[in-house]
Amino acid sequence: MKQKLISNIIKPVIFIWLLVITGAVSAQTDIDGLMMEKNAFCVGPMAGYSSWKNYWEGTLKRDNANLGTVSATQFSIMGNYGLTNKLNILFGLPYIKTKASAGQLKGQKGLQDLALWVKWKAYSEKIGSGRLSLFLIGGYSLPVSDYTADFLPLSIGLESKNLSVRGMADYQRGSWFATVSGTYVRRSNIKIDRDAYYTTEMHYSNEVEMPDMAAFNFRSGYRDKGLIAEATADNMTTLGGFDITRNNMPFPSNKMSVTRIGFNFKYDMPFHPNLSLTGNAFTTVAGRNMGQSSGFNAGIFYVLDFSKKERKNSSNPKN
Amino acid sequence: MKKLHISIIFAVSVLFYSCSKDITETNLEYPVLDPASQDLNAGTWRPILLTGPAEFSVPAPISTTSPDYIIQLNEIKSYQANITSKERKIVNYWGAGAVLRWNEILRELVALHNLPPYQNPDGTYPVPSPNNPLAYPQFPFANPPYAARAYAYVAAAQYDALVATWHYKTLFNRSAPYNVDQSLNTLLPKSNIPSYPSEDAAVIGVTTELLKLLFPGDQEFIQQKAEEHKKARILSGANVRSDLEAGEALGRSIAQKYITRARGDRAGAAVGTPAQWAQLENDCIARGEAPWMSLESPKRPPMLPLFGRVRTFLFDSLTMVTSIRPPAPPSTSSQQFKDETNEVLYYSQNPTTERMKIVHFWADGVSTFTPPGHWNLIAANDFVKQRFSEVRWARNMALLNMSLMDAAIACWDAKFVYYNPRPSQADPRIKTLTGLPNFPSYISGHSTFSGAAARILGHIIRSRANDYDNMANEASISRLYGAIHYRSDCEQGLITGRKIGDYAIARARTDGAE
Repeated sequence: MKQKLISNIIKPVIFIWLLVITGAVSAQTDIDGLMMEKNAFCVGPMAGYSSWKNYWEGTLKRDNANLGTVSATQFSIMGNYGLTNKLNILFGLPYIKTKASAGQLKGQKGLQDLALWVKWKAYSEKIGSGRLSLFLIGGYSLPVSDYTADFLPLSIGLESKNLSVRGMADYQRGSWFATVSGTYVRRSNIKIDRDAYYTTEMHYSNEVEMPDMAAFNFRSGYRDKGLIAEATADNMTTLGGFDITRNNMPFPSNKMSVTRIGFNFKYDMPFHPNLSLTGNAFTTVAGRNMGQSSGFNAGIFYVLDFSKKERKNSSNPKN
Repeated sequence: MKKLHISIIFAVSVLFYSCSKDITETNLEYPVLDPASQDLNAGTWRPILLTGPAEFSVPAPISTTSPDYIIQLNEIKSYQANITSKERKIVNYWGAGAVLRWNEILRELVALHNLPPYQNPDGTYPVPSPNNPLAYPQFPFANPPYAARAYAYVAAAQYDALVATWHYKTLFNRSAPYNVDQSLNTLLPKSNIPSYPSEDAAVIGVTTELLKLLFPGDQEFIQQKAEEHKKARILSGANVRSDLEAGEALGRSIAQKYITRARGDRAGAAVGTPAQWAQLENDCIARGEAPWMSLESPKRPPMLPLFGRVRTFLFDSLTMVTSIRPPAPPSTSSQQFKDETNEVLYYSQNPTTERMKIVHFWADGVSTFTPPGHWNLIAANDFVKQRFSEVRWARNMALLNMSLMDAAIACWDAKFVYYNPRPSQADPRIKTLTGLPNFPSYISGHSTFSGAAARILGHIIRSRANDYDNMANEASISRLYGAIHYRSDCEQGLITGRKIGDYAIARARTDGAE
């Protein structure tokens, strides 16, 4: 019960230069197989750091002495509220600060995109000796500050409004589980601060067409009372876009893809089971028009159980 | 609850498919050119390099009653008989104006080629070679001076070609096919201007020849555009084949005059040699000033350090030194220099959203059509509304682009005469909000270009003069906001640019077009 309440945390993978390309990036439980119970609210801060020295210019892997190591530090707040046992609402809001260790370009900072998800556990049945659950998740994110997308690789985000749908399946047998999901992200066009730009041809507009994205996520490991430890693998790919040309700068509508592997854990404090610690680390194993980033995140989450309170309050007069 | 789920799914699906991602491109919205005046006297306007409008001869056209001419009319009819909607689009695209569309093509080539070469393994940098344009680094590196020169040669040559074209139009006075055969469909506005030789073809001939020199590795793209343009003219019923052939041949001949000038204008030597680069630094030290240093890693030689010696269009090299070169910048050991450096540091450390927008709007850095290209876009957007004839389009674009090229030359002259360090070199705490150009600071190129462009454009369209001045001021100060230029760079750049614009105005007043 407790385990189910606070079970699930988090996978805020912030990677610079294409930080949040999908809703999978940050926030709580939008991509795992667990739900908050009705009227329970799990909330907490997270902090993270990621960096890269090498990046892919098209498919060519290179470094850049005029950037050195590019890093992003991120602080965010995330939460998950149980509307019902089968329907959760989640949110995440990161503040991001970027920096290049060499060269003259100034790092950027600011609040990035507010992300919201609705997570619906559509099906859950015993199958064999385990339990299969199916989920449908809808997400939306939009920028909450007027940051500049057209300053890659130091931009804190890409400015598009993203609408995502995700189908997810989770199978647990004993203390071991596996979760797979696929996400389609519809990205809005963005407006940049100029009246013409070049992709593979000249465009006379301040509007940039952003290709949609697809993402896949696989996670598997141990999940039981008070502890989750899992390995993760994921891939995100834009469905279109163009390669960075030789020695050019990146552009928001580049063809971007990335494959990462990582490790997540969540641990409920034995002395206070409503409090949990979470952390993850990841590294990039393949990519295109993106930095080869590695990073880690850590957070503390607290579960407020409004339903208990209500029950107590309502039952008090009777006693 | 089920209802809620269903409505969520429904709402999400609607949002997914409701909004189209198609982008409206402003250059595809330009109307078809229907000139307010045909400028029938343009054959008497003063050319730039031509000794006169008849320096290159054009054979007399065949008569409109000859059997060969009838065959050419039938070619139009056979094209039109099977016209597709895509072909109609092509007719309208080119119908917006030959000078306009080829200016756009040039801007696109500049943006494609505006990329600094990646270093060699030993930390030196390769130089693009016009003799091997497709090998990396591809030729050219269309940086702002290169681009300014390319725009100017193409625009000036187009102007001369159209002055000659207008001369022969009035001399031969052969009617346009739609006036010869009233039954002919015409897809573009009709006029009484003679159609032999074709002004569109003259622009095609002169431009494609010059682009062989300026963008030698892009011939397939250029030829494809030229063929499409010629087909659009036949399809539209505005020209018969012989109009095009005569115009194109005339354009090609006139281009040779410009190619000869370009080969001898010293731009080919502007990259300089390691000995010359060292000399610039030593001369600066000898004057007691801190010399500019490349802040790139590995250190890159300065961009076209000898471009200041390229032959100008609007004044001679003595005038440039005596009347246009700005005074020396504040000494690198002066209090004013320290104060100005601190001002740059302030803008570096305190960016605002508003200033960031200004920095990025005017940045025109790598992979763009450069600041001269930006001013071409500004001019084109306004010229479209003026309904200039093709020859007046060419004349105004030539005035603008000769100003921009001479601005590049005067600016590069000052940069390498004074060899002043960038703010980030003077104070490494200064981080920039846009790319830091790899050449000395004083004077600002954006300011010089913008001062020159705003001046001549304000003369061409008087009602917009204040707007152009405001744009120039904003482009200029954007470089201080971006933390890559001192205030003196920006102010002196504008002053220098305006002087150059005034030379263009002096020419404009005496070229016979006003």
